Amino acid sequence: MKKVVSVMLVLALAVGMFALSGCGEEKTKLFVYNWGVNIADGTDDYIDVIELFMEEYPDIEVVYDTYDTNEALYTRLAGGGVHYDVIIPSDYMIARMIREDMLSPLNFDNIPNYELVDETFKNQPYDPDNEYTVPYTWGTVGVIYNTKYVDEADIGGWDLLWNEKYAGKIIMIDNSRDAFAIAEARLGYSLNTEDPDELRAAADLLAEQVPVLQSYAMDGMYDLMENEEAWIAPYYAGDAMMMIDENPDLAFYLPEEETFNVFIDAMCIPANAEHKEEAELFINFLTSPEISGGNMDYIGYGTPVSAAKEFMDPEMANNPVAYPDEETLARGESFIALSDEGTRLMEDLFNEVKAGLGS
Amino acid sequence: MKRLGKVWTFLVFLFLYAPMIVLFVGSFNDGRDLSEFEGFTLSNYLDFFADSGSLRLLANSFILAISSSLAATLLGTLAALGIHAMRGRMRRAVMTLTNIPLVNPEIVTGVSLSLLFVFIGRSMLGSDQVFGFGTLLIAHVTFNLPYVILSVMPKLRQTDSSLMDAAQDLGCTPLQGFFKVMLPELWPGIIAGAIMAFTMSLDDFVISYFTYSPNFSTLPVEIYAITRKPVPPMYYAMFTLLFFVILVVMIGMNVIQARDERRQERKKLRGV
Amino acid sequence: MKNKLLAGPYIAWMAIFTVVPLAMVAYFAFTTPDGDFTLSNFANASEYLPIFLRSIWYALAACVICLIVGYPVAYVIAHSGANVQRVLYLLVTLPMCMSFLLRTLALVALVRDTGIINSFLGLFGIGPLPLIRSSGSVIMGMVYNYLPYMIMPLYTVIVKLDPRLIEAAQDLGCDSVQCFRRVILPLSVPGIVSGITMVFVPAVSTFYISQKLGSTENMMVGDIIERQFKGVANQNLGAAMSLILMLLVFISIGLMNRFTDDDEEVATI
Repeated sequence: MKKVVSVMLVLALAVGMFALSGCGEEKTKLFVYNWGVNIADGTDDYIDVIELFMEEYPDIEVVYDTYDTNEALYTRLAGGGVHYDVIIPSDYMIARMIREDMLSPLNFDNIPNYELVDETFKNQPYDPDNEYTVPYTWGTVGVIYNTKYVDEADIGGWDLLWNEKYAGKIIMIDNSRDAFAIAEARLGYSLNTEDPDELRAAADLLAEQVPVLQSYAMDGMYDLMENEEAWIAPYYAGDAMMMIDENPDLAFYLPEEETFNVFIDAMCIPANAEHKEEAELFINFLTSPEISGGNMDYIGYGTPVSAAKEFMDPEMANNPVAYPDEETLARGESFIALSDEGTRLMEDLFNEVKAGLGS
Repeated sequence: MKRLGKVWTFLVFLFLYAPMIVLFVGSFNDGRDLSEFEGFTLSNYLDFFADSGSLRLLANSFILAISSSLAATLLGTLAALGIHAMRGRMRRAVMTLTNIPLVNPEIVTGVSLSLLFVFIGRSMLGSDQVFGFGTLLIAHVTFNLPYVILSVMPKLRQTDSSLMDAAQDLGCTPLQGFFKVMLPELWPGIIAGAIMAFTMSLDDFVISYFTYSPNFSTLPVEIYAITRKPVPPMYYAMFTLLFFVILVVMIGMNVIQARDERRQERKKLRGV
Repeated sequence: MKNKLLAGPYIAWMAIFTVVPLAMVAYFAFTTPDGDFTLSNFANASEYLPIFLRSIWYALAACVICLIVGYPVAYVIAHSGANVQRVLYLLVTLPMCMSFLLRTLALVALVRDTGIINSFLGLFGIGPLPLIRSSGSVIMGMVYNYLPYMIMPLYTVIVKLDPRLIEAAQDLGCDSVQCFRRVILPLSVPGIVSGITMVFVPAVSTFYISQKLGSTENMMVGDIIERQFKGVANQNLGAAMSLILMLLVFISIGLMNRFTDDDEEVATI
């Protein structure tokens, strides 16, 4: 028995020393909180953005963490107990966070690359005076489907997600705002409706969909779509491109007649951030054309910095999934933040739909 | 009948180990998908050793498991001695307290601790970053304590109380008596409790999930985040390596234990 | 007398880190986000009654299956030679030390429609069989994860059974079935109770297993609680549901412990 103890003690000592050796150099820790699968990380010979940043600024150590929905990001920050220095929410969530004083205004002296951001991405409704945000990506929400199994005649609209022919092979997006937007688009409502009756009608439509669904998922759908466990899912265009890369039988479309969501994800600094200046350096770094270009090559979203296209793989820079034409984009609609009541009602309804309690 | 039992046992072990075999095979797979073998490779192992992030997480998990099990063992052994001296209603009350973390669903324990930590952080420390190593340590010690107590208590009951009296009659101070007479009797229980605490802590996901921070995360928490995305196959390599490390450690402990038991038996025989 | 004081630090620790947190859960359950008293969280939580019932039913089913599957295994291990016993016991405990997240993921890779088992059956033109996304698959996932927690306490009890009792029963004319029913089974009750406790509690509150192996129709209480705290920032509803879950578990365990007299052996491991 004593031997067991001594073995354990030696182990403890070894691990302890290992831990201490890591603490030797004092670096500023920069906490970055981003969407899952939303930065080039060196896989498949793409650039490793964080590694490059740390090479450029050897005094800063980036601690990287991910979330899979805007709501999860909000919950983590509002729940308290942790802080982050850089976050990358979507438009409507940014507006909500500004409203709740959760963001800190940026010092643009530290972000000279902001000048390179296209004018179309400035003065957006979520940040009308350009105080809090620097855009990171923009994109659309459409439908990913597997051409091997899905009949071409059935595609083209959101109704594919309700098609009983593919029951058990359909995945639904797992956050209230995007899920409701799809139902609202089918019903012809605005994607920003707060009318309780319209929200309830959308919830009913979502409840109708439950029997044909395989599951609700966010990034978890990568595996399911790539290995063909599921055939149809609504998701973000950039992620769709990454899945298509992995399984060429997959394809993506935006609804031909109905509306769909066009979103901007932008970098912000939470009000309780500890290292604002380093955070601004990081934001500036990600906005530089070379990095943005290399990054977008991997994540497959649109860059708000046109100059970055020079550094991109031309095939990607002209890809219609990442950069739909004007005419298509005109059908899109951006989210704006709902009121607290609207948000709560939508969350509650979505909870009930998912739990099978929907009417 | 006997043969049937053996066949059944074999089938159950097959059921328990089949998924792990899938992970072993997956660790040598060239593709990312566990269900499709696309060719043999060792690159997953190389990736794992080259990835400072996952090594860091592994170290974090071990640091946490070792420190929380040591703290829980110390505190828990003292508590067991104290509880052993109690009688009646008080004893029952303390044992009920001890049972709470054992029978409370982990998710409730995790949620309740996270609410407490945020409250302490916000209203007492004025800080919005209480989560980290400290909160994880407190949480792990809390759910480890009952395991230590429940494995020390039976040993205390078995120990003859006259032993201490005899030691003191022979001139030991109570402290000496404790270290020379009691502790050797309790040792197996203490060790069993410590090992139990260590493994519970190492593999805990749910409670850590509610009390971690990005600054100090543990392996299971990170694996949960990873299983919600496409899983890099290097984690299968890590699983395989960990499996064999734990297997070797467990075999080692078993051999030591077996030798100990044999020695004790011999001692007993000689005594007769 | 002064020995009792040794438990002082422990009692203080448990009061601060077990009792106070549970009181905070109760506080959140009975208040609005602004801190006003309300019962509406419980009204909302009661809408999820079908899910509570479903969780309990899955967990009970998992307990019964673990018992039926695990008892013979524990029996075989307890009646093997010393060395075989050691090896088998190690093999039962080993999975408990390995990441259950990754193991469950591998289970999914085995049973999904395009998984290993169905691809194999497909070679013979069978299937794909519906092995995933049903009540059955969620319960199977629970059995897979928690079976060792059943086998261990059963083994501990069975291995300590006095063989002379069984001999005596046989001498008195019991056949092996009677012997099992009248002697062995009653004596294993403490192990059974302890095993059921160790399976029921994690099973009823799991969220990972139902997320990975269930469909939209197999959602469990754990899923919903996790969502309130990690997904949609509704801590008050989450707290109310946690409180209900906790009470349900305490009541079930209280009922179970009626079968054993010793209040200190609840979790003999």
